[in-house]
Amino acid sequence: MQWIIDISYFVVAALFILGLKAMSSPVTARKGINWAGVGMILATLVTFLTPGMRNYGLMLLAIILGGGVAWVLGKRVKMTDMPQMVAVYNGMGGGAAAAIAALEFARGEVTGAVVTTLAVLGALIGSVAFSGSIVAFLKLQGLMKKAWKVPGQNLFNGLLALITVLLGALIIASGPSTPVLLLFFLLALVLGVVLVAPIGGADMPVVISLLNAFTGLAVGFEGYVLHNPALIIAGIVVGASGILLTQLMAKAMNRAITGVIFTPITGEAQASAG
Amino acid sequence: MNDFFYIYIFMLAAFTGYEVISRVPVILHTPLMSGSNFVHGVVLVGAMYAMGHAVTPLEQALGFFAVFLGAANAAGGYVVTERMLGMFRREKKEPIQPIPTPEKVS
Repeated sequence: MQWIIDISYFVVAALFILGLKAMSSPVTARKGINWAGVGMILATLVTFLTPGMRNYGLMLLAIILGGGVAWVLGKRVKMTDMPQMVAVYNGMGGGAAAAIAALEFARGEVTGAVVTTLAVLGALIGSVAFSGSIVAFLKLQGLMKKAWKVPGQNLFNGLLALITVLLGALIIASGPSTPVLLLFFLLALVLGVVLVAPIGGADMPVVISLLNAFTGLAVGFEGYVLHNPALIIAGIVVGASGILLTQLMAKAMNRAITGVIFTPITGEAQASAG
Repeated sequence: MNDFFYIYIFMLAAFTGYEVISRVPVILHTPLMSGSNFVHGVVLVGAMYAMGHAVTPLEQALGFFAVFLGAANAAGGYVVTERMLGMFRREKKEPIQPIPTPEKVS
């Protein structure tokens, strides 16, 4: 049975790479998404064959609920609302990667310096992508109109990021303990909110692309924790192409990525300047 | 597999990702972002694997959450990308429309 799974994951990785390649040309783009779709279905089906698994009923329910809701919403939403839907679904992926990390910590399966480091990194990046994408969605959907800006924003964000990274280092150095893990996840989620909250709507596509690359990296890192090559390859390919795509998008808009994040153009700032 | 072997996979995958989209035209930026958003929906597979080994109620709840989110990422990512790329269908001599960028919200 294991060889079927191994070969399938290999085919899945190839389909994803070919699909992305095809998607970067207007002539073949629609073929590309369908190849990647076939890859996704194959990957999901074959995972059910993994020996020694349990909770099949609950798992199927979660897939039907999550997939069903997302499918219906994706079909119904207006074409102009597409970018925020990408943000939401990207956030879901980041959240899933963080939840995998939390689950593996709870199971006590995270041992060894390298595995712990990548689990912590995946959890941090995944949580930031999760909460950050939800803020991006709220802003584009017009549900969060005020630019949230306080004096010393960058200093505050920097300190918060530093504390979160130090907590992560503590988990790596002295092993996971429940209170530290809880605080770590909480701060990582807050970090995603405060990073995206001050950014203006015009810069949002670049930010969503960056968060998309983040989720890819988180997925790749959790793939290492689970020793799953399909996750590693798909995650890292998306992470690298996402970072390049973010640069290309920022360039097309004449903005530097660092400028988007550290000196956001907000409605209020423009109003006070003009 | 040797741990170091995975480092090679990381490196080669990173170069592949960079190379694969290096010549994308501006018009495809948003659909490609959406497409790669779909591809990392493969996190569903990892979530299923992790949930399949969950024992305690807390682990099962985390697993359920992970699978739910992963499935939403995969299904939603596909639908959205498919709809965006549907606009590229070349029929009736319609000019190719760029994907609308979001309104200024700030």
